[in-house]
Order: sequence, then structure tokens, then C-alpha cells
Amino acid sequence: MPRLLRILAWRLLQAVPIIVGIAVFNFLLLHLAPGDAADVLAGEAGGATPEYIAELRARFGLDQPLPVQLGRYLANVATLDLGWSFRHQKSVTELIATRLPATLLLMLAAVATAFTLGVVAGVTAARFLRRWPDSLISVLALLAYATPIFWVGLMLILLFSVQLGWLPSGGIETVGADLAGLDRIVDIARHMVLPTLTLALFFLALYARLMRASMLEVYGQDFVTTARAKGLTERRVAYRHVLRNALLPMVTMLGLQIGSLLGGSVLVETVFGWPGLGRLAFEAVFQRDHNLLLGILLLSSLLVVIANVVVDLVYARLDPRIEVA
Amino acid sequence: MIRTLRALAAVALLGLAAVTATAQEPVKGGTLAVVLNPEPPILVSAFNSAAPIGVVSTKVLEGLLTYDFDIHPKPSLAETWKVSPDGKSITFNLRKGVKWHDGREFTSADVQFSAMKVWKEMHPRGRSTFAKLLAVETPSPLVAIFKLAEPSPYLMSALTSYESQILPKHLYDGTDIAQNPYNNKPVGTGPFVFKEWQKGNFVTLERNPAYWDAGKPYLDKLVIRFIPDAAARAAAFETGEVQLGGFSPVPLNDVKRLEATGKFDIETRGYEYLSPMFLMEFNLRNRYLQDKRVRAAIAHAVDRDLIVKTVWFGFGKPAVSPVPSSLTQFHTTDVARYPLDLKKADALLDEAGFKRAGDGKRFKLFLDYLPYGSDYQRTAEYLKQALSKIGIDVEVRSQDTAAFLKRVYTDNDFDLTTNFFYALPDPTIGVQRIYWSKNIKKGVPFSNASGFTNTEMDQLIEVAQVEHDVKKRRAALVRWQQLAAEELPVLDLFETKFFTLASKRVQNHTVSAEGVYSSFAQVWVKK
Repeated sequence: MPRLLRILAWRLLQAVPIIVGIAVFNFLLLHLAPGDAADVLAGEAGGATPEYIAELRARFGLDQPLPVQLGRYLANVATLDLGWSFRHQKSVTELIATRLPATLLLMLAAVATAFTLGVVAGVTAARFLRRWPDSLISVLALLAYATPIFWVGLMLILLFSVQLGWLPSGGIETVGADLAGLDRIVDIARHMVLPTLTLALFFLALYARLMRASMLEVYGQDFVTTARAKGLTERRVAYRHVLRNALLPMVTMLGLQIGSLLGGSVLVETVFGWPGLGRLAFEAVFQRDHNLLLGILLLSSLLVVIANVVVDLVYARLDPRIEVA
Repeated sequence: MIRTLRALAAVALLGLAAVTATAQEPVKGGTLAVVLNPEPPILVSAFNSAAPIGVVSTKVLEGLLTYDFDIHPKPSLAETWKVSPDGKSITFNLRKGVKWHDGREFTSADVQFSAMKVWKEMHPRGRSTFAKLLAVETPSPLVAIFKLAEPSPYLMSALTSYESQILPKHLYDGTDIAQNPYNNKPVGTGPFVFKEWQKGNFVTLERNPAYWDAGKPYLDKLVIRFIPDAAARAAAFETGEVQLGGFSPVPLNDVKRLEATGKFDIETRGYEYLSPMFLMEFNLRNRYLQDKRVRAAIAHAVDRDLIVKTVWFGFGKPAVSPVPSSLTQFHTTDVARYPLDLKKADALLDEAGFKRAGDGKRFKLFLDYLPYGSDYQRTAEYLKQALSKIGIDVEVRSQDTAAFLKRVYTDNDFDLTTNFFYALPDPTIGVQRIYWSKNIKKGVPFSNASGFTNTEMDQLIEVAQVEHDVKKRRAALVRWQQLAAEELPVLDLFETKFFTLASKRVQNHTVSAEGVYSSFAQVWVKK
């Protein structure tokens, strides 16, 4: 069996118990929260009779003992059925499918922006080490990393939507405008600018700092000295030799961040009224919509596992010394 | 003399001219964007009274009646009505030529189905409101007669589109009503037709060209947007992306700033039908709180004016009795009062035998607050401060709504709560549940959590349920309020004042006690 295939098979085999473990853990964890969906619905309704609440519990299957509920849940998951959201009166799979694209769009745009700008900033800082561009970039990166996301979002809204009126303050497209084709794409792009920027700022800081450190490390290696000794320009050394090698840890980071792809967007989706998965999950917590929340958590853990497998493979391909641990 | 008269006449004429100038003709057309949070779980109010559902649902579906600011009934789907002298029969003559949005005729069968199968069996409050309803007779398609086992005087104020909504029998009969797909794409008789619901994003409604009130609605389209963040909602108002929102849609500390722009109306009318009350419940199972003197001491230690002015930016009115002052037919001020008086509070606690220990503290209580926002939390923090002055050590506990409801109503594991109730247009519908010993029900949200049991109170409550004579009924309700103030199982803090925020271009948005729960057929937007 070729080496890469062997790694893939082994990794996938390892993933199965991990995912089952995660499903069980999530299930038990969620049931530790006091109150259930029937409490929430009856509370929202401003009151109810005991019979009505009992009826709700029976309908949601909450009247069954916990092991029975867990068993049913695992059996469903095994057949790729994520269950039914009683609150939304839709299947969990359908709910996730309608909300996932918005989140992916936002996150991919943000990660792409952050990665590109992060690399540029990191390289610039490393090339002008301890001179003013380096200090400026480091200070800005620190600020961006430390500023709360929701605050940045609100300030951007105040500046670009309220004061300047250049961009919409929220939503994914203009409601009721019934746009089609190119107009619609432009409309969505306009709505994406602020949330993407807000989310990217945080990752941008991370990438910039990582890139700078990585560049500096590579600068210290012998082959860089050799390159310089050959008489190459500083520019060529930086972009041809150092940059390429320094990108490796960035790839790792990119892979790992697929995990925060879903989780990290909760705040941005809330501030910008973005109809994504993060908000759906966040609201599901307060609504005790366990089926829905479990579905989203399971999907996230799947994504993380897959991302890790992919990173392993990419690494094995890039560096033949890496073997299956 | 003549000169004065002439001058007066001139002034009167001027005044008249001014009036005609401001009363403009409604403009047809346009879109109104309404902001709403949280997003409703479904779009039908007939069996789920959650507040956000009402905002959307009442534009599509209707009730038998609507109400003016004083909660006097006005025609809606019922054109006229008559209560029999013994109060046991109510005849509704329905509007002719009303059609459901799918083209079917609206008839008395729909009323019968909704009352008997939906409100009476499934609505959280309807089960008690319509408890005495035996049958709905339908002698003709346009006549529905409610037959009652006993008079239910409060019933006539419960027939709004929000509280008792008429569903189309032909789409619901024989189905699992709670899971019916039309709960997510409602078909009604109202001024707006449901078009689309993008979850997490918006609902759009369109003008019903065949609406029974000819010429209405004025708007072409109604968009309801869900924006979860309060500051972002304020920004959306400022950019003009949304033009109206009910239930205090922006943070209270943003109101002044928005008002100063001169672009917005801040309207506090339109919530009389709900008449919300903010209160503190005492758990009477607690060994300290069992003592009436302790409860009175706490009442004397709380400055309600300060809560309203400082914590709630003036959006409230200090409470006097458990029935809010907006319910003018029932409210009384002739009750025991507990003005701010720390000396008296201290004396009461000493008298009760709970003397201050060496550190100045008497005993400790937990306070759980209903977590509906930062204002609710700050109220709890104020109460902690206020009670520390009389030697009661309060620990504030935070949790989310589900955990709060479980703790208070299922586990009764609390000492003090700050909570929030709708008094609704009649004490039997809204206030009774807090005081009736038969409503001490484990696991039922917003029931009698204090555990208050009092024979006289139960009798008064039960008299109010069936007393057909207006004067006698009011007498029972007045005594009820007096007894509540004497016994103090619950401390009414203030009548919450919600506000509707609307762009000045939006006209006629608040025309009755139903406020944002009205049909919006009358709303129009200035060009």
C-alpha cells in the first residue's frame, strides 16, 4: 500500500471512535444544562398548563430516561439522521444545510483576507526588523488581536454605515429588492465587506505575528546565508528562499482554524445579523434545542477531524520524513 | 365684546386650518421594514402566545374583535356581538364576504374550530380563559354563538388576533395542529399575505388586494427583519434600513440620542392590552420570608422611583397595586403602601426577631433575576444594594432563561426573584395566576411561584371569574388588590413601559391598545 494511502486509512480508522466519543460527550454535556426545550417554549409563551408541558415533553421524547434518549440519538446518527428540531419544525440536516453556506462564505472570505494580508504584513515586518514598519505592524497586530470582535464590528457599522452611509449595516442581502444575477452578487458582496473585515482582523493579527516569527526563524538558517553569499539581492532572498519555507507553519495554522470556522463566527453573525450557522447554534443553546445543537456540534467536530487528516496528509507529502505515529 | 368674539373666531379658524394641514391623506404603496428580536419559533399565535410571534402573525391572521386604547371591543371578523342577560351566551355576527388567502370563504365553522380545538385545548392561557366554554353553535355560516357553563366576563377582552386567533379549519382540521406546516407559512384573512420566511434573516408579507376593509392596507409590502444585537438594531434605525420596532427595540441609553436626531417617534402607548408589570416574588417556603414583617421591611427598603428613573431611564411607572393603572376599570389606589423608610424596615426586622449580627448583617437571601437583558440585571444589582442597607445580605445569581424557569418553577429553589408578567386586559386572565393557590403548579412557568395560599384571596379570585355584575365584580377585584398589598406575597415594583420606535415617516403605527400587535392595515409611509 502506498504510504499516503496507509496514513489516510489509519487516520480514518482512528477518527471513528473519536467521533462516537464526541457525540456521546456532547449529548451528556448538553443534558447537564438545567431546563429543557419544553420549559423554554412554555416560558416564551408566557405560561402553560401542566398537561400542555407534559404533552410537549412527550412529543419531544424528553419524557424518556436519559440512556434511552442517548441510544435513540446514536442509532439515528449511525444512519446519518441528525434528528428533528421541534422548535423550528424542520429536520436538523435541512436547517444546517440552509445556514451553512452563509457561514462558509463569510469564513472563507475572512480567512482568505486574513491569510493574504497576514503574509504581507508578516513578511514586511520581518524584512524591516526592529525598524518602524516592524514596530507599526506589531503594535497594530497586537491591537487587532486584543480588541473584542463585537466592538470592532459595531465601530465599523457606526463609521461606514451610520456616518458615511457607504455600506449596509447588516443582513446578507437587501431584503425585498428581488435582485438577480450580477446585481445580486454585488449586493451580497457589499453586505459581506464589514463582517468579513471584522472577522479577518482577528485572524490577520494571528497570521501576521506567526509569519513574522516564522520568517525570522528561517532567516537564521544556513541556506539563507548561502543564498546571500551567492550574491542574491535581499529582496530575492526574502521572497524566493525564506518566504517559501516560512509558509509551512502557516499551512498548519490554516488547517487548524477550520475548526473555529463555525464557532468563531457567532459574535460576527450576531452583530451583523448574518443568517449563519454560528448564530443558529448560539440560539439553540438558549432554546435548549438539543437535537439541533448536537447536529451542529457533530458537524463541527467532523470538520475538525477531516481538517486534521488533510493537514497530516499535506505534511506527509511535503516532508517525506514524517511517518504515521 | 364683539371684538373678542371675532378674535376668538379667527383663532378657532386658524386652529382648524392647522388641523386640516396636519391630518394628511394616507399615501398608498411602499415597503415598511420592521425589526424584531428574537426570531419567532413559528408564525401562528393561535396556540403559542410568545411575544415575537404576535408581531408577525397579527398581520396575516385575525381575531373576532379588536380594541381601542381603553380596551373597549371594536369589530374585526365579528361585525356585531351580543351578550345574553344571564351572561351564558354570546352571539357573534360575522363579517360577510371575508376570504382566506387561499380563496376559501371564512365562516362560523372556522370560529367554532379555532375556539374549541385550538384556544380551549392548546393555548397556554386559552385553556383557562375558555374553561367555561361548552360549545360554539353555528346556526348559519355568519353566526357563531358561544355557550358558556357560567358567565365569563373576562372573555370579551380576550378576542384579539394575538390572544385568540382564528385559524382556517380547512387547513388544520384533522391534522396535528402543533406540527401543521401552515404554522410556518400562515394562511389568514388579514391585510397581509405571507410570502417568504428566510430563517435567521427575515419574513416578507405582501398586500392582500382582496382584504375586506376596502382600500386597505396602504402598504405594498411588510418586511420583518431579525437583528439579534441591540446596538446593531439602533444602527439599522439610523441608517434607515428599518423604520419601526416594538417592545423597546434599542438599548434604553440609546433612546435619547436617537430622539435628538429628530427623525424618530418614541411611542409608549400601544401596550395597554399587555400591561406589563415588573415585580419581585418572595418564596414563602423560606424561613425568613414566611414572616409578613420581613416582606414589609423589604418593601420599605426599596426605592421604586429610583429603579424607574435610574435603571430604566424613566420607562416605567412605580407600581401601587398588582393591577396596573392602565386597566382603569379595575385598578385601585386604595391599598396599603410601603414608602421608602429604612428606619421602619429596620424596626420591622428587629421585631421579627432577626437582629443584626456583629457584622451588621441579619441573614442571607439569594436573588434570581429573569435574564431578559442588562436592565434586568442592573435592577437585581440595585436590589442587592438596597437590601444591604437593612442588613439583608443578597447574593445575585445569574443564569439563562431555561435555567431560571427550571429553578423557580420546577425546583422552587429560590428566595427572591425579579420577574415580569403581563397583567393583560383583565385580572382574571393575567394577574390571577400569581395569587391563586390552585395555580401553585410545579413546572409551569409564570404560575404562583411564591406558594401563596390564602382562602379569602381564592374566594375573591373565584368570584371575579364568574361575577356578571360589573359593580360587584369590581368590588371583588378592589378587595383582591387590598389583600394582595396586605399579605405581600409579591412586591410589585413598577409598571414596565415598553416603547415603539418608529421613523417619523411611518404614520398611524399606534392606533389602539394592541400597538404592534394590530393588523397594520392602517399604517402608511410618507414619501
